[in-house]
Amino acid sequence: MDLHLTSAQSTAEERAAVDAELGPPDSSWQGGQRQASDTRAAFNDDQRVPRHRILPVLHSLQNRVGWISTGALNYVAVRMDLPPAEIYGVASFYGMFSLQPRPPVVAHVCDDIACFARGSDKLCTELEHRLGSAGSTCSGGRATWLRSQCLGLCERAPAMLVRSAGTQSHEGVLAPASAEAVHFLMNDAVAGRMPAEPDSFSIHTSVPQAATKDAAGQLRLLQRLSRSSSGHLEEYLRFDGYEGLRKSLDLGPEDTLRQLSASRLLGRGGAAFPTAKKWEALFLQRYLLREDSPRAHYVVCNADESEPGTFKDRILMEGDPFAVLEGMTIAAFVTGAKQGYIYLRGEYPLAAKRMQLAIDSAIQSRFLGNNIVGRGLNFNIEIRRGAGAYICGEETALFNSIEGFRGEPRNKPPFPTQSGLFRQPTAVNNVETLVNVPNIIREGGATYARLGTQDSTGTRLFCLCGHVARPGVYETAMGMTLRQLIDLAGGIAGGKTLQAVLLGGAAGAFVSPHELDTPLTFEGTRAIGATLGSGVVMLFDSTVDLRLILLRIASFFRHETCGQCVPCRVGVVRQQESLQRLTKAKPLGSTTEEIAVLREMAQAMRDASICGLGQTAASALESALRRWSLFS
Amino acid sequence: MSDRRAEIDQALDAPQPAIPVPRGPVPLTPPRLARPSVEIKIDGKSVSVAEGSTILDATKQLDIDTPTLCFIESLTPVNVCRVCVVELEGSRTLVPACSRKVEPNMSILTDSERVRLSRRLVLEFLASSVDLSTAPAMQEYMERYGAHPERFGTVCATLAQPVKIDNDLYVRDYGKCVLCYKCVEACGVDAQNTFAIAVAGRGFSAHIATEFDVPLPDSACVYCGNCIGVCPTGALMFKSEYDMRQAGTWDETRQTQTDTICPYCGVGCELTVHEQEGRIVRVTSPLHHSVTHGNLCIKGRFGWQFVQIQPAGQKD
Repeated sequence: MDLHLTSAQSTAEERAAVDAELGPPDSSWQGGQRQASDTRAAFNDDQRVPRHRILPVLHSLQNRVGWISTGALNYVAVRMDLPPAEIYGVASFYGMFSLQPRPPVVAHVCDDIACFARGSDKLCTELEHRLGSAGSTCSGGRATWLRSQCLGLCERAPAMLVRSAGTQSHEGVLAPASAEAVHFLMNDAVAGRMPAEPDSFSIHTSVPQAATKDAAGQLRLLQRLSRSSSGHLEEYLRFDGYEGLRKSLDLGPEDTLRQLSASRLLGRGGAAFPTAKKWEALFLQRYLLREDSPRAHYVVCNADESEPGTFKDRILMEGDPFAVLEGMTIAAFVTGAKQGYIYLRGEYPLAAKRMQLAIDSAIQSRFLGNNIVGRGLNFNIEIRRGAGAYICGEETALFNSIEGFRGEPRNKPPFPTQSGLFRQPTAVNNVETLVNVPNIIREGGATYARLGTQDSTGTRLFCLCGHVARPGVYETAMGMTLRQLIDLAGGIAGGKTLQAVLLGGAAGAFVSPHELDTPLTFEGTRAIGATLGSGVVMLFDSTVDLRLILLRIASFFRHETCGQCVPCRVGVVRQQESLQRLTKAKPLGSTTEEIAVLREMAQAMRDASICGLGQTAASALESALRRWSLFS
Repeated sequence: MSDRRAEIDQALDAPQPAIPVPRGPVPLTPPRLARPSVEIKIDGKSVSVAEGSTILDATKQLDIDTPTLCFIESLTPVNVCRVCVVELEGSRTLVPACSRKVEPNMSILTDSERVRLSRRLVLEFLASSVDLSTAPAMQEYMERYGAHPERFGTVCATLAQPVKIDNDLYVRDYGKCVLCYKCVEACGVDAQNTFAIAVAGRGFSAHIATEFDVPLPDSACVYCGNCIGVCPTGALMFKSEYDMRQAGTWDETRQTQTDTICPYCGVGCELTVHEQEGRIVRVTSPLHHSVTHGNLCIKGRFGWQFVQIQPAGQKD
């Protein structure tokens, strides 16, 4: 198209970063050197760089240069034939991209609720003394530190993630972090001495249940991981790997679907939708998929786990990456998809690395690509990394993000199974849901359904964090009570008294110590007005000021709302302001009046917001107000 | 009939003229097939509406006034303002009337307690964060739903900011912007295909911007003014109107509107010329005009100064 650009020029380094992702430009029309042949060149739409490459390109710029300049944006516009205003709109949506000059080394220090319970405020205060306030430069202007939302490392709180831009960009995780260690790592990053591995995966700290011999035998989702977490294909094959896929290929898509249906598996991402129904919707549309039609089906793995307190998907991807691939491949076999995407949270460097390694070795061993295991199935998977936007975990926002638009949710209907990624029928599933699938097919759906309760079948992963003695991912059959689960994790840390449990993360609900005998099932939590959500079980002992936790949750939503619809964009701001006043004991009118306004706002957000973010932004607050009188 | 046939045959055999002329009668638009209708219930009343219509269309059929802000017939509905929400039986949340298509046997409430609460809160949220003084329709709706934006206090976050005046044709007062996405749609694929502006930033700081918020003259803007045409709150305004409002001379009761045809090219755009005290103060185009659908170009929209330039010494 006829682009209008500002006069800002890109640097050689910026162009190299973009070209590293897109390849060198073909002609001066795409920003290359002018050649004689350019005057006779003709282009059509097929030769354009597809818009969905925009996120990888912006990542490449950010990783290489440390920020995205006007000149760089102009070059991206020319290379991708996109208006610069559109690209700016996309780039400015994501928290990871800096549009102002920033030092190459940035330490993101988590101050979200799980880390707050484990002393992140003390860590931040020490960092302020040592390095200056958040956002100020240190290490000779080559580094800075920022406060961050939940990094999904809650079992090792307080956590930090350091990102170092350059020709060789690096990411590294430090958890638990101390001010001294953070400073040390930042200096190392400035000097180019980052460890090769972004993080070390340890069963003992992340999956304590797997480390005890007797419990390990009963694990299902975590079983392979408890035996070997190297992420190698040989190990995976040694422990029943790809047996589910083989059996599925023997059964055929219809019987595979029957098994899945018999298992009554519900989605583990938070919405608890029957997985078989999703896949069936695509299966029924397969007859429309002709070789020559532009119609396609997609399988998308939602690995944008960003709910504060949730880290189970990260553990699965780091410790058992092939199980995710196998689940997706079975999904592709049933739904007729040829292409799959894993939308992986940008803050998960080790998971991204291990998933990519897994994809590469699966392709090499014919478990992905053309003619999978010699059975004529063709399926490819591409990883797309998120860029710091909680909202992109919402399925339709995730599609927009992959497609290269702002990660704003779409109105439903149409649902993803009718019009999803690239407006085609799409099955989108959570990581844990997909990891369940190979097991279900291998053992049969009915066998699986015998686990758990009537309405909540199978096992479930729980993310225990906060003031718990042994934080980590725990797997239990559905139906265990909250009390039993907490006991399994060693009870309250330091033998203190329990004050509250947050179930389901920031979008979940608080429960009180009187409700510990609630069974952890979809129906059991619903009965007490709570939710399992993404499986967060965050404990707070009596030393915590719950008002501060509520305020932090409100700030989280204020930061993470996409800003598309009015009730959420303004509602979360007014909610946070109101909580601030209540916490300072300076309500507008009386406390009762202020709380009445909060309740009205909560209802409007729940009723009128476009997506789940706005609809649940007040749910934790409401649950707390129902249980305690915190502000009188 | 046979005569007509012979006539056509003759016409077909005739030698080709150098400039092709249409053969036979000019084809007429085929009659539109009647769309099957769908029965739905609104506020207890049954109504039959064409398949593919929206709930908003159906409420219009029943003369129910549904407030809208981000909706306009000429653009794709984005359903972001949520002021048009209605209660749909069986739905967990309220649904936007402007974009939700009717389905058989839907049962809808347009004035229930839940609907009124959400509409009121949406209006309060907007009025407490942006300046709605040049959006008279919103004032009416606020009265209807009993909205009291002042109950959020005086120190709450707002979008108040200086007016952007960077060209002679129109001003951008984003302190009045409700982020309805209309201007972005009009600048993009829904009308102009210029893509000078987009929504940038996120959350409460999401805003309409050129790339890196550069001034309009540095951007791709072609000054068609179609964004002004769709702006519901006066955030985008003719410089002429803005200056008069600043001077306190803007008075719509003293204005006349005259429909005419744009004199510049052969397209034939219809203009509505707004005139006050013998001077053109603003030019719009009717939304339902088949040529423009409310859109104009820089010439039709702004190129009327020559009308009011008078040779020195000459009086009206």
